[in-house]
Amino acid sequence: MAYIIRRIILFVVTMAIVSFITFAVFQILPGDPIRTMLGTEADEVQVETLRKELGLDQPLYVQYFDWAKGLVTGDLGESIRFSMPVKELLMDRLPVTISLAVITLLIVIIVAIPLGIFVAKRQNKMSDVVFSSITQVGMAIPSFWLGMLLILYLGMNFSFFSISGYVPWTESIAGALGAILLPALTIAIPQIAVKFRYVRNAILEQLRLDYVRTIRSKGITEKFVMYKHVLRNSMIPILTIFGLITAEVVAGTIIVEQVFALPGIGQLLITSIGYRDFPLVQGIVMYITFAVVFINFLVDILYSVLDPRIRLN
Amino acid sequence: MESPQLHLEPSKSTNDLLLEVKGLKTYFHIGKGKIAKAVDNVSFAIKKGETVALVGESGSGKSITSLSIMRLIPSPPGEIVEGSISLEGRDLLTLSEDDMTKVRGNEIGMIFQEPMTSLDPVFTIGNQIVESLMKHQKMKKKEAYEKAVDLLKIVGFARAEKIIKEYPHQLSGGMRQRVMIAIAMSNNPKLLIADEPTTALDVTVQAQILNLMIDMKEQFGSSILLITHDMGVVAETADRVLVMYGGQIVEEAPVRDLFLKTKHPYTTALLRTIPNIDVDLKRLESIPGNVPPAHLFPKGCRFAARCTHAMTKCQEEMPQLIEFENNHKVRCHLYASEGGAIE
Ligand SMILES: Nc1ncnc2c1ncn2[C@@H]1O[C@H](COP(=O)(O)OP(=O)(O)O)[C@@H](O)[C@H]1O
Ligand code: SF4
Ligand SMILES: [Mg+2]
Repeated sequence: MAYIIRRIILFVVTMAIVSFITFAVFQILPGDPIRTMLGTEADEVQVETLRKELGLDQPLYVQYFDWAKGLVTGDLGESIRFSMPVKELLMDRLPVTISLAVITLLIVIIVAIPLGIFVAKRQNKMSDVVFSSITQVGMAIPSFWLGMLLILYLGMNFSFFSISGYVPWTESIAGALGAILLPALTIAIPQIAVKFRYVRNAILEQLRLDYVRTIRSKGITEKFVMYKHVLRNSMIPILTIFGLITAEVVAGTIIVEQVFALPGIGQLLITSIGYRDFPLVQGIVMYITFAVVFINFLVDILYSVLDPRIRLN
Repeated sequence: MESPQLHLEPSKSTNDLLLEVKGLKTYFHIGKGKIAKAVDNVSFAIKKGETVALVGESGSGKSITSLSIMRLIPSPPGEIVEGSISLEGRDLLTLSEDDMTKVRGNEIGMIFQEPMTSLDPVFTIGNQIVESLMKHQKMKKKEAYEKAVDLLKIVGFARAEKIIKEYPHQLSGGMRQRVMIAIAMSNNPKLLIADEPTTALDVTVQAQILNLMIDMKEQFGSSILLITHDMGVVAETADRVLVMYGGQIVEEAPVRDLFLKTKHPYTTALLRTIPNIDVDLKRLESIPGNVPPAHLFPKGCRFAARCTHAMTKCQEEMPQLIEFENNHKVRCHLYASEGGAIE
């Protein structure tokens, strides 16, 4: 319990720091959103009036607290470009990005863990060479290029896949899958290529430990040694990797949404930056960091579920 | 500490052989074509109900000998290249892996040196005991948990019902070693192998654990192969002693003869450590030098570089085991003209 409370406090403090940094960064960024909105022709009076209207004439700390209060109550301000509440814009786009991230994560988990186990069990020089080349290739492929390849070879040949746009799950599950699968694979494939080796290493590391010898000395078969004991123990280091993967997948959605013209958060972010739509960009950045920090918080909580040494400390 | 008492009463054991190890060679391929002869032509036998001690400095091949019996040599790099290991006449080295899992934990139980790391950290104590009961005695879960509680009571846990729900990290080293004993004895094994079961424990707990093992052995009628650094422990518990050096047995004798009619210069050096039992035998201070690494054994006597009696012959020719009365065997050129060669 004490562990969970500590994690919650840590989570809140991290979010506070992150919000402060996000806010500060947008103060330092060059470019004045008011002038972007009004164009270069606007006179000083117009500029000052709008500045006042948007509260941008207030001292910085007041602006920060106003904004931070909004974050907590869910009011992220109004988009300059769309003249709509940021919250509504985000709510529109969130299902797309969340679908993409979740499907991607599922693919990574479903493939990387069994692949890691498979390779760990067949550990020898030959397979090491083969699999580390796969990793090298996986690390080198740019994701937009992989996305193009998938569009070219799968998207163009199978009508199941759509290569641009999004279909809500409520409308058609097959349609949603068809829209999400290729972008998800685009993010997942390089992740799998790199991360299955972490799984393999985690398992090989466990196999070297004393307790494995004890279990074998009890006459427990290799199957049980692997799937009951070693895998369960490996989940602790593997969980750390998946915290990392989640962050990378979230980052990956930004580029992949461009390639597949998915109307998600990432796409919104890229276009809003061009417009210097600071309230919207800040909102998106806060959403993304919140997601990543929250996942790490969940990972920490899961640790305590998996590891009695943490839970019962 | 009181000085150890010799175990002088004659062995109660019958003549029935339980385990017979013959010509065992366990080698490790350590790269660049080098081979570490961790166990190099070792033969010995254990009778039913007998406690046999296996002694020697670190690196002499004791653990690898015991892991060979369990067929738990990490492979690669290790390999049992020759020999036979018969348990009541059945050669364990010819069993399928599946049949071998029916021997481990069932006919042979094992306790390891490191109680702090020998249990799975994420499963409860109960889970780790019933696992073995369910496998070998085909018990149902509930029955197995009841038996686990009984076993924990036997090894001295007053509140066994609570302990089965706890995790290894919640127990002290001594308590974990009791759990290990409970696991090793859970299926009433014919042989208990204990690889330095007390080395990692507090001095105050060592005697308790040792006594517990002896009690269990008496209660279940098992034999024990006890690997230890501690000659005091040997004197108190063993019926017979095997002294190992450089992957070979250099002396074997009933405990009384080993102490009173010591033959091998290495054994003599080992016994010199008795007055201060606290001395860790990891490296013998009384003899300068180290056990030679297992891939660089000399062609003559492996102890020659450290032996005060070494002769020219010792450098050139490997001494053979010679047998004296009372099953006393020694591998040393000093006795070449006496006894009878057995190899
Ligand atoms: N995993 C291994 N790889 C290579 N050599 C090993 C391995 N395990 C043991 N050996 C060799 O076997 C020798 C004997 O080891 P061991 O039986 O553990 O000694 P003891 O238990 O008597 O201290 C070691 O000195 C080492 O040379
Ligand atoms: S054979 Fe020679 S070197 Fe070896 S123990 Fe005997 S006397 Fe010493
Ligand atoms: Mg050892």
